[in-house]
Amino acid sequence: MAIVMPLIAALIVLFGLIRGVPVFDSFMLGVRDGARTLKMIAPTILGLVFAVTLLKTSGAVDVICSAVKPVADALGFPSEIVPMALLRPVSGSGSSALLIQVYKDCGADSFAGRVASVIAGSSETTFYATAMYFGCVRVKRIRHTLVAALAADFTAMAVSVIAVRLYFGYNL
Amino acid sequence: MLNYIWSGIVILSVGCAIVFGKAESLSAAMVDSAAEAVELLLTLLGILCLWSGIMRIAGDSGLTRLLSRLFAPVLHPLFPRLDRESEAFGAISMNITANLLGLGNTATPFGLKAMEELHRADPSCDVATDEMVVFVVMNTASLQLLPTMLGSLRQSYGSREPFEILVPVWISSACALTVALVTAVGLNRLTGKEGRRLGWRSSCLLSRR
Repeated sequence: MAIVMPLIAALIVLFGLIRGVPVFDSFMLGVRDGARTLKMIAPTILGLVFAVTLLKTSGAVDVICSAVKPVADALGFPSEIVPMALLRPVSGSGSSALLIQVYKDCGADSFAGRVASVIAGSSETTFYATAMYFGCVRVKRIRHTLVAALAADFTAMAVSVIAVRLYFGYNL
Repeated sequence: MLNYIWSGIVILSVGCAIVFGKAESLSAAMVDSAAEAVELLLTLLGILCLWSGIMRIAGDSGLTRLLSRLFAPVLHPLFPRLDRESEAFGAISMNITANLLGLGNTATPFGLKAMEELHRADPSCDVATDEMVVFVVMNTASLQLLPTMLGSLRQSYGSREPFEILVPVWISSACALTVALVTAVGLNRLTGKEGRRLGWRSSCLLSRR
């Protein structure tokens, strides 16, 4: 699978050559655009990394988790993966680290490990993506974007548990 | 809304650190976070520049237009006001292709380009258009068909069948994406009428003048 990315790059360059495009000139023009885009998203990323680091090191995640855990238990949501599910919308690297923790504690093929995998595979870092995409065009009023995005995240979490139970034949 | 979430995270974290007596590690982490952010930005700079370059070739050679035509039947109903031949439509198509292939890092440059193109219609406006909402929401739901990263992670932590979770992932992704799009389009319709009455559209028109 590691070949997909380089292969796509090569195919695009090849297609450009066949169509008679001055590929290297085009490439350099594009790189200039890329550098400009980074300048637009840099403040957003700095702000988010700052907030997420604070959240992780201060123990605030534990506080929120202990508040959410009783609810999760009542709904049949494995309590081992509550921290990972909570951090998922905010931080990709943070939730990956917690995903690995679940694998180490419970095993990758355990119920908790499978549910955590499905959540990781079917959701994205919502706040990060939203802030970055709107930050790059300086749009401030994002209307109901977060409402819809968080509804999707919540659906992914709920459906993950149900899908894993049905697919692997656990008791509902 | 992001203002409240961001400040909420900062204040809650500092409060917790004081209560738990973690003030020292927190101040160390603040310094580290700045370095971490710069490192992340440098990585992103590389990816962004590289793929923006490749994307430019795809655009100049007409490959993007081919992809847009391929995706038009699916995407046109979601973005009814967008011209199928427009740059924005092309960038959205490229973004979705990269997402489907599980190339998350590659999808981001295409997505940023799409946002810039969508914003070009009214550059002075700081209110999200219907198209922006649908596009961003689509990107916050997962579109990938083959979660390769997840599979290799599972394998390295002792899973006997790393890809056994594939079908539940598809089910969950499909449900999440459906909810995302239905909510976004539904609220677009609702607030579209409401918004016109409240005047946010006209406030944008005024600021342009």
